[in-house]
Amino acid sequence: MLAGSGLATLYGDPCGDCIDRTGDEHGRNRCPACGTIVACAEVDLSVESGEVLGIVGESGSGKSSVAGLLALERTDGRTRGTVEYTGCEGNLLTADHETRHRLRTNAVGFVHQHIRDGLDLGVTGGGNVAGKLLAAGEREFETVRERAQHLFGRTEIPVDRMDDPVRTYSGGMQRRVQIARALATDPSVVVLDEPTTGLDASVQARVLDTFRRVQREHDVAAVVVSHDLGVVRLLADRTLVMRHGRVVEAGLTDRVMEDPHHEYTQTLTNSVI
Amino acid sequence: MTERPSGANNEAGTDMTGAATVGEVLDGLSDDGLEGYTYAYLDEHTKREVRRAVLKAVAIPGHQVPFASRPMPLARGWGTGGIQTSLSLLGPAETFKVIDQGADDSVNAANIRRLAARTADVETTTDTTAADVIQTRHRIPEEVLGADQVLVLQVPITDPLRTVDPSDAANRRRHAHANYGKIWVRLYESIVEHGEVQIAARYPVMVAGRYLMDPSPIPRWDVPKLDNAENLFLFAAGREARIYAVPPHTDVQPLAFEDRPFRVERFDGACRACGATDTYLTEIETEDGERLFVCNDTSFCEKRQEEPALPKDHHLDRSGVDWGPGTGTSVEMATDTGPATDDPAPDTGGDRT
Repeated sequence: MLAGSGLATLYGDPCGDCIDRTGDEHGRNRCPACGTIVACAEVDLSVESGEVLGIVGESGSGKSSVAGLLALERTDGRTRGTVEYTGCEGNLLTADHETRHRLRTNAVGFVHQHIRDGLDLGVTGGGNVAGKLLAAGEREFETVRERAQHLFGRTEIPVDRMDDPVRTYSGGMQRRVQIARALATDPSVVVLDEPTTGLDASVQARVLDTFRRVQREHDVAAVVVSHDLGVVRLLADRTLVMRHGRVVEAGLTDRVMEDPHHEYTQTLTNSVI
Repeated sequence: MTERPSGANNEAGTDMTGAATVGEVLDGLSDDGLEGYTYAYLDEHTKREVRRAVLKAVAIPGHQVPFASRPMPLARGWGTGGIQTSLSLLGPAETFKVIDQGADDSVNAANIRRLAARTADVETTTDTTAADVIQTRHRIPEEVLGADQVLVLQVPITDPLRTVDPSDAANRRRHAHANYGKIWVRLYESIVEHGEVQIAARYPVMVAGRYLMDPSPIPRWDVPKLDNAENLFLFAAGREARIYAVPPHTDVQPLAFEDRPFRVERFDGACRACGATDTYLTEIETEDGERLFVCNDTSFCEKRQEEPALPKDHHLDRSGVDWGPGTGTSVEMATDTGPATDDPAPDTGGDRT
């Protein structure tokens, strides 16, 4: 459904050897010659429909950069590599703005790490969900309204809060509005960047449950980025472990958790209480 | 303080001490007249610049074309874009009309008319049907405009997307990709909050199915007149240095949901002066507190006072008025449903454009 190869994001003025001079074996993601930050590089992955791919790693390991690339959010001179969706021609990272915009409004749902990036806080919760449908070209008020209500119900947000501004919502509700918005147009790909950060355990469980149910029912291909192994263990079929901008280990989630090969993964799994 | 000797500051060389009235003082003044000024006040480069922008605007209906807006002898926001456009179009054979919120007699309208008469040597009129070029602020006349007429609208805010995002750079990208989702969210929110779209003036319209356009602060009443009209509409903003246009026979549709159609203002009552029920009315309050409605378009109201049944297209060789909201029954139909949201005449406060 979704495939990425050779994905890289470089911030700075690359000298040409940045990727060779950084990475896990060098223990750094900043090029010593030119100072370029290699946020992520040499990342290859693929996700089938109905499958959930987890990406774990410590803070600054390049997880969000990969998520941004897959969701076609980041497309400027800094990105390299290929992103392909089933049913779309060619490399979408180099596709024209029109195509990417159409895919972003219809085929992809992206749950941002920061609420502010994903939602318009001055607009009502219903309006935020409706916005996605309206951008996709729906022009019947009642249809938009019903769909928003339906999604609020599915993601367990109180429907009677639908017409309140999103900024008056609790953190957990805002996360769920983001998920509702991401699912509004029945996308075939959903990318969640730290969907549960800053939520307490019970709300976290509800958000994850909601997502897992909806994801299975709609057979969505999903990528879940988290620094929390528990989240990935619960949701993901396969897992990538990232460090210093590189994928250091990949495999079935159970295998990665139970039998970690890479030294860093071993530390990571051991540090889970 | 020393007393200033009389006439010391009088460059025109008239002795003011003997004058009894302001009129006598004015009569006594003399200057070089229009010596040194180009025809129609603006220099030829400016006129060429404005005409180029107008041609481009006509070629891309609804697209905001930048132009080199010149400083004018009045503050930006008082119609400087409209004046530059009108003066660039006028020739000595033309007849010019200026409307300010439906009236011909406001100070600003009178001054603009006088400037054109003096510098461009044009005839001026208050009769919509007799004018070749009409400069207007906040209204489109009630009488149907013909193919040989041009309506120049003064525009304070050019971008309809600015109501949803203050960043012009982001909005230009949205226009480039026809990405108008955000303005639809605004309509959705308005219906959720008020039960219908509450935008009194500057109602956003789609031009030729491509560009979202701010029709300037005309009331909703006038918006349907833009669609498939005979005449050319030019929109000029001096402060923002933008010109855009709706050419004749262009499809112009107000944004509305399929199941929440666009509606014009609804009035209970008829014009107190001429009895019209098919015109845009303004509510006024008399000294003894009585509230009454009168026509906003004073020129047409005067004609109606002479002849109450005068149709809006009386001067054209055709039948069936299709200019804006219909006459008679269709207006009554529009008055029945929904919460009353009669908007006052669009008011932008101190913003005079």
